[in-house]
Amino acid sequence: MKYIDEFQDPELARRLLDDIHATVTRPWALMEVCGGQTHSIIRHGIDQLLPEEVELIHGPGCPVCVTPLEVIDKALEIASRPEVIFCSFGDMLRVPGTGRDLFQVRGEGGDVRVVYSPLDALRIAQQNPDRDVVFFGIGFETTAPPNAMTVHQARRLGIPNFSMLVSHVRVPPAIEAIMASPSCRVQGFLAAGHVCSVMGVGEYPDLAERFRVPIVVTGFEPLDILEGVRRTVRQLERGEHTVDNAYARAVRPEGNPAAKAMLEDVFEITDRAWRGIGVIPDSGWRLSAKYRDYDAERRFSVDGIQTREPAECRSGEVLQGLLKPHECEAFGTLCTPRTPLGATMVSSEGACAAYYLYRRLDLTTPAGREVSPVV
Amino acid sequence: MSDITDLPVPALDPEAWTCPAPLRDRPRVVMGHGGGGALSAELVQQVFAPAFGGEVLAQMGDAAALSLGGVRLAFSTDSFVVRPLFFPGGSIGDLAVNGTVNDLAMSGARAAYLSCGFILEEGVELEVVGRVSEALGAAARTAGVEVATGDTKVVETGHGDGIFINTAGIGLIPAGVDLRPQRVVPGDVVIVSGAIGVHGVAIMSVREGLEFGVEIESDCAALGDLVDAMLAVTPDLHVLRDPTRGGLAAALNEIAAASGTGVVIRERDVPVPPTVANACAILGLDPMYVANEGKLVAFVPREHADAVLEAMRAHPLGADSVIIGEAVEAHPGMVVARTGLGGTRVVDLPIGEQLPRIC
Repeated sequence: MKYIDEFQDPELARRLLDDIHATVTRPWALMEVCGGQTHSIIRHGIDQLLPEEVELIHGPGCPVCVTPLEVIDKALEIASRPEVIFCSFGDMLRVPGTGRDLFQVRGEGGDVRVVYSPLDALRIAQQNPDRDVVFFGIGFETTAPPNAMTVHQARRLGIPNFSMLVSHVRVPPAIEAIMASPSCRVQGFLAAGHVCSVMGVGEYPDLAERFRVPIVVTGFEPLDILEGVRRTVRQLERGEHTVDNAYARAVRPEGNPAAKAMLEDVFEITDRAWRGIGVIPDSGWRLSAKYRDYDAERRFSVDGIQTREPAECRSGEVLQGLLKPHECEAFGTLCTPRTPLGATMVSSEGACAAYYLYRRLDLTTPAGREVSPVV
Repeated sequence: MSDITDLPVPALDPEAWTCPAPLRDRPRVVMGHGGGGALSAELVQQVFAPAFGGEVLAQMGDAAALSLGGVRLAFSTDSFVVRPLFFPGGSIGDLAVNGTVNDLAMSGARAAYLSCGFILEEGVELEVVGRVSEALGAAARTAGVEVATGDTKVVETGHGDGIFINTAGIGLIPAGVDLRPQRVVPGDVVIVSGAIGVHGVAIMSVREGLEFGVEIESDCAALGDLVDAMLAVTPDLHVLRDPTRGGLAAALNEIAAASGTGVVIRERDVPVPPTVANACAILGLDPMYVANEGKLVAFVPREHADAVLEAMRAHPLGADSVIIGEAVEAHPGMVVARTGLGGTRVVDLPIGEQLPRIC
């Protein structure tokens, strides 16, 4: 397929793998920040093909996984109100809050709609002036600009019945929190390419220098990931720790100025809780004072939510790279995509779901055994 | 299990290292119960089958294989709730015929008679009902099947979605034909009759107002002729399945589970048209789970595979048929894909609906 097949070419992948194998002399632990990268690594079996010395640790970059339970519960509360049309991206509908999810709210009569763009939610608001339309604004630097633009548009067009439940998060403070943790094993980062296509790479040199860790901006196709691994390993073997852009076809150093300007206008930086991890300073965005009228939390006064989470789930450790999904005792038994204990098993980008969906066979098959005849 | 609050990560708040309550029991029906995946299967196995009883139902085929007065019959029913009623490449009328005809064809039967039940929503234009009926009649004539009986109900505005249609059909199973997953054995070759994911993406493109640069037409078609052509080569096909809801992944998983064999497919050989692959890449969907309406997947004894493939390719609806894998002894009940890069991955049964990803 044009533009994608090129980045899945087995022959080129083999050459990159050969180069990585030839470069590595000792063990290295790399973290891919983004859940989309985790998904691609597991789906294409990239981790099976890398040298044993290269360990990939799965980072916290799944927007669905890290949205705090309290925010999910607020979404469930707002979506249950008869006057509300609650709009969300599809994969948030299955994330469990305290005791139920948005699918369940819809089954109980709530008007919950899947949209493909926040602007669709704004259009629904225009078409339903007698209803309150709320959009669930979550995600990293990638989804924040279009959401910001939607709020901007709502104000510009004077659409009074639209608001947004905002829980946006930022990647660099999460990297900082992971690196600052004494138990951190991460020696190099594959930074999320689409985040950098918006924000550029300006936030990373200080982190690379301070923690003496290479940060390589990496895309999502198999060859992108192999190239990211290759460049990171090369730096580590040479004792270097710079910021390197291996996704130049999408990422300019300065990022996307228009998107950044929109973010700056509509949002302001705030402390944000990450589900399974805890509060990370300055790691989120909320609506700025100028746009506070479009804040669904204020409009629907959903304070005082009591959340309840069982202790069995260890997704917090998975999100920090302290635990591989299959090392959790609940993995594949108590906890499956059908019966998820935590968001990392629910979300299609979650590390636990990726392991369960794609890697269950290896985890139940003795190492080195040929799983099936070559067909 | 160690207490996670003991972990030495003082830079972060250990109080927050907890996770949500499981949603094991759903007290109400959700959309996923109709999605053709694990939730649908649970509904049938835990609610319907115990309530209805019966040996034939327990076979859980797309069509029931019956013996009546010494004659072997296939009997099947399906309901159609598609939105919009007309889409590129077809309509709810075409689907209502082809869906049931194909369920019968998967048991080797040529559909003979259909019943047709319309549930109309008060307010729907009669002109629309007429167009759907015309399409249904034309599809029946193309499939060589007669609509022999029917029923009409009207529900109040807001209690339907314009038009719902239920069809049921019967047909004769030819002598010597015995298509069921239990006949699959390791070594059987897996063939698909052409490009996958086309119908689902076509529907999505119009329902959600998404434009993918190229118009994608549904592959909606009746497969009786194609199955006849395959059976003419050998009646000894082991199982056929039309990968509708839940896509190719669901069909292969159902066969693997019911047969107790493993299935291995080569991912790069699965025919995904660039338009479908692009649309799925944009939406974060896996084409393996996207619905088809005019394709079949066949498990064929290895010695007949080449001849069956040749016969399929000679038919217009099977021109792009291709071998994608085989049944194996390893990992019984599980479907495994060999990735293009040389790794392996499990191809699981979908849970409910596939959901577009956030980014």
